[in-house]
Amino acid sequence: MGVKLLLEKAHIPGIRSYDVYRREGGYRAVEKALKEMNPESIVEEVKKSGLRGRGGAGFPAGMKWSFIAKPEGVPRHLVCNADESEPGTFKDRYLMEFLPHLLIEGLIVSSFALGSNDTYIYIRGEYAWITNILETAIDEAKANGWLGKNILGTGFDCNIHVQRGAGAYICGEETALIESLEGKRGNPRIKPPFPAIQGLWQRPTVVNNVETLAAVVPIINMGGDEYAKIGVGRSTGTKLISACGNINKPGVYEIDMTISVEDFIYSDEYCGGIANGKKLKACIPGGSSVPILPANLLLKTAKGETRYMNYESLSDGGFATGSMMGSGGFIVLDEDQCIVKNTYTLARFYRHESCGQCSPCREGTGWMEKILQKIETGKGTSSDIDLLWDIQRKIEGNTICPLGDAAAWPVAAAIRHFRDEFEWHIQHPEEAQIRNFGLQHYADPIHVPA
Amino acid sequence: MNLQFNDEQMTECKRLVARYPEGKQKSAVLPVLHLAQDSFGGWLSTEAMDYVAQILNIEPIEVYEVATFYSMYNLKPVGKYVFEVCQTGPCMISGSDNIIQYIQQKLSIQPGETTQDGLFTLKLVECLGACGYAPMMQVGKIYREHLTKEKVDAIIAEYTQQAAHQQ
Repeated sequence: MGVKLLLEKAHIPGIRSYDVYRREGGYRAVEKALKEMNPESIVEEVKKSGLRGRGGAGFPAGMKWSFIAKPEGVPRHLVCNADESEPGTFKDRYLMEFLPHLLIEGLIVSSFALGSNDTYIYIRGEYAWITNILETAIDEAKANGWLGKNILGTGFDCNIHVQRGAGAYICGEETALIESLEGKRGNPRIKPPFPAIQGLWQRPTVVNNVETLAAVVPIINMGGDEYAKIGVGRSTGTKLISACGNINKPGVYEIDMTISVEDFIYSDEYCGGIANGKKLKACIPGGSSVPILPANLLLKTAKGETRYMNYESLSDGGFATGSMMGSGGFIVLDEDQCIVKNTYTLARFYRHESCGQCSPCREGTGWMEKILQKIETGKGTSSDIDLLWDIQRKIEGNTICPLGDAAAWPVAAAIRHFRDEFEWHIQHPEEAQIRNFGLQHYADPIHVPA
Repeated sequence: MNLQFNDEQMTECKRLVARYPEGKQKSAVLPVLHLAQDSFGGWLSTEAMDYVAQILNIEPIEVYEVATFYSMYNLKPVGKYVFEVCQTGPCMISGSDNIIQYIQQKLSIQPGETTQDGLFTLKLVECLGACGYAPMMQVGKIYREHLTKEKVDAIIAEYTQQAAHQQ
């Protein structure tokens, strides 16, 4: 069993309630932070821990905190990003649903460190029942003196508010989220200014993912140095992985980032192997926007070394032969899955979710969806693959926010590693409607378009 | 105006607005639109949106542009129960195509349509964050997960019965 810092107590009956959570040692981090530490020393501990943003970008959390501006007389805000919408990702949902007080505790400590008296949780609109769970937990915390005025007699005031979104993937991007919190369309802002300088209502703001903020609790309890000893290299602490697709045991797992990808997929403690005794074909290891990898490159790097479930190892080889840790949305595809169809559904997703502000993304996502649909339904032509490649290249890096990149990468990676499957679809339009390409790739070398 | 929140809805509306600083009441537009949709028959008419604008003291256009951006707001009438079936990658590889096809057959409607009795609407949606429990759909505020044909049968029977009881 690996180390568990977040989900250790998830299975204790009644842990969702304040009484049980407190009895199990909950809110000790708030006591320690507010009574024995000051905002600067908390930021210092988080820096020492090496904690990286768990939403997908992996930016060091302590450094992000240290950027917040502190102009005299201007309120600052902490915003918790609970807009979990990246296909394949459902870890924050699990954490909020079963351990709401862990998030609230992390939010109180983090609010104190950043000087936020009004902290907002922006949760995706579909998670309506979790909104109720969080609001109940907030009421309980308030009734027990952990929120409200003059917390623990320290003079620190803090309230936490939950706002539901209304169905928009783009609001997971921090500036779009801020726009949405201000009651507007979720159009990302041009940076700079960064939210740390001008965020919510033009005030200094830090936006962090649910898992990142929950991780602040063990960091305060055990100290940043101890936290940093877990894991490997710059992948410190533990990471929640939401595993789904064609595996025996889909679910949310906490890993300490020293486990190999092969063990994660095949050991009974985690995914339990491929469902129905099938073979592994491919995997999208970090949420739908990161590059898909064929089985051989997933389990071993291009150099033939074992690949591990951490930031560095998953990205080993760059986009040519590697992928990314991303949000931890681990999507497994078995031998029966069609790469063209999978890529088509993802392209449709990104077209649906593009906010429409930047032309390359608004137009390009629509083009990619149409061409992929054409290939999938047996109407593709041989120039379509090159056209797709050309379009994704023109989107990447040419938009205000990362949605453009997120839409381009899955298409690029699918063509890069599975070009023969696309070609087969185009050359055998009728057969492609009846059966899938299967595992034939493995007879071929890996294709890397020039 | 005919549309109005009742006392209970108005109390909830005031609670939502009070979460934001003085003068930032526009921030409440998303939650108040949710409340309006829940209160006024599951969709947002122009009249409903104008009412929200009036309550929040903002221009109607500021409400329209929000309501048209977010996929959870229905801008035309829907059935009593809306089946929002996820069709994105992880659900697709877990068999959502078969579930969608089965619901279409069973209810004799296409995606975007409502049954003649006004009970069910079928809507295809993108990832709802339930990838480990796929295939799935959202009905109202509830997720129905690990769907099979048998489960779909049971869910349709359940809501048909529920609606009959309420009449």
